[in-house]
Amino acid sequence: MQLGSQTLALAYLGSAALFILGLKGLTHPASARRGNYYAIAGMALAVAATMLSPAVKSYAFIIAGGVTGAVIGTIVALRIKMTAMPQLVALLHSFVGLTATLVAIGTYLTHARAGAPGGVLMAELFAGSFIGTVTCTGSLVAFAKLQALITGRPLVFRGQHLINLLIALAILGLGADFVLHDRFASLLLLTLLALVLGVLLILPIGGADMPVVVSMLNSYSGWAAAATGFTLQNNLLIITGALVGFSGAILSYIMSRAMNRSIVSIVLGGFGGGAAGPETAAAAAAGKGVKSAAVEDAVFLMGNAAKVIVVPGYGMAVAQAQHALKELMETLEAKGVSVKFAIHPVAGRMPGHMNVLLAEADVPYDHVFEMDEINPEFATADVALVVGANDVTNPAAKTQKSSPIYGMPILDVYKARHIFFIKRSMKPGYSGVENLLFYQDNCALIFGDAKHVCERMAVELKSA
Amino acid sequence: MTETMVALYVFVLACFVGYWVIWDVTPSLHTPLISLTNAISGIIVVGAVLVAGFGDEFTVELIGFVAVTLAAINIFGGFVVTQRMLAMFKKKK
Repeated sequence: MQLGSQTLALAYLGSAALFILGLKGLTHPASARRGNYYAIAGMALAVAATMLSPAVKSYAFIIAGGVTGAVIGTIVALRIKMTAMPQLVALLHSFVGLTATLVAIGTYLTHARAGAPGGVLMAELFAGSFIGTVTCTGSLVAFAKLQALITGRPLVFRGQHLINLLIALAILGLGADFVLHDRFASLLLLTLLALVLGVLLILPIGGADMPVVVSMLNSYSGWAAAATGFTLQNNLLIITGALVGFSGAILSYIMSRAMNRSIVSIVLGGFGGGAAGPETAAAAAAGKGVKSAAVEDAVFLMGNAAKVIVVPGYGMAVAQAQHALKELMETLEAKGVSVKFAIHPVAGRMPGHMNVLLAEADVPYDHVFEMDEINPEFATADVALVVGANDVTNPAAKTQKSSPIYGMPILDVYKARHIFFIKRSMKPGYSGVENLLFYQDNCALIFGDAKHVCERMAVELKSA
Repeated sequence: MTETMVALYVFVLACFVGYWVIWDVTPSLHTPLISLTNAISGIIVVGAVLVAGFGDEFTVELIGFVAVTLAAINIFGGFVVTQRMLAMFKKKK
């Protein structure tokens, strides 16, 4: 059976609608799984229709590739730990990028055999190959940083932006040469340069800016798909690419707004990992000491509290403390204490990272609140327990105009009656800025591994 | 209208749809959103299938084979991991 072009177009339209419904499903956790099924149905429809199109003449390579990919993808997805989700996503983005590049080159070769491809098509192929390649190597660098294969610190050197600019110009030049003179070698050469550019673009961006980078590469992978859609005159690819591209772009915007930094400054990189700022001196000059507390002190106050708000951060993910926190939550609730979780938009290494980890530990999602929802509640909280978060709780963002994080929206932890901060050491947060919270009278630090401390808290509470 | 112009219309309108749909996504599901968009950007497999099924030249088909494999990893990996995550989001029993 072979599909006519009208039937094929109709099938693609159906699958585009299913993708939109799928994304729409993520409006609420209750409808989200249905959304995923819609998207799966859309994909199945699109692939089936394409296979039946007359343009496909042989099936051996398609089936071999499909089966190999299905097996690898499924195994990886079933085995991956939830804490490693940012790495997985980065790796998958690089695959989309590489696929776009391969499709661009492959399409050129198929068209070149059928006669000279037109200028518009060549320009589209150039765009597809360029965006795809940058997405691919950029994502691989992000993956290496998230997997700690290379340092998460920003890698900066002099003339970095100038070099990137020169490479970009060279790519444009080669692209023009390819389009105007139909020189295949230029396409290959510019693809090689794009490989380098992708690496250079992501290297200077530091670990805590990763939520933005992951979203940005998500966006790029969408644009790569859209560019491929233009080359193939395929509206389904264009629609899907636009949806994904915008999804990533909106996430990048939300993330950068949550850090009060422009996307441009994040992309240029170099932020974080620096030496402690002038705040250290200011705090020292104020002559205030930092108080530390024992687990027992925190347990006593939490056990007698009416409301406890827990603020998890990347440290919770590193220490794998989410299950211990869930245990602590249940113990507190058994004693009649209300427990809520407060999530800052950029907590963790990708958007929504904390929510997934808490969900993994079986914390019900109606206990987990976004920044704007929970901020008014800190004033009435008896205890705020900060687990592995730092910069996002620093009141310097509100009070100190000279601070590099000034203007960043924060969780209003400082308003709580008592604050306990589980920390491994006195090291400042990612921004290198010392947390003014530590010098507040109602704040005490509990030194230790987050998971270990939370486990001990639960045990102490039970025996109390 | 040329075909490219039609494609441009589709693209711009799809951007608007994307804009409105994505702003409605709840922040707690941002990670599943990324993995789901990852899975559906595997739709690029359509292009890969056309290259792999060209059926005339080994080099082209080999490029197509690699592309289909990568896209399939994305599709299956993306959907399965999204499903795994979404299954964890539960209300209080």
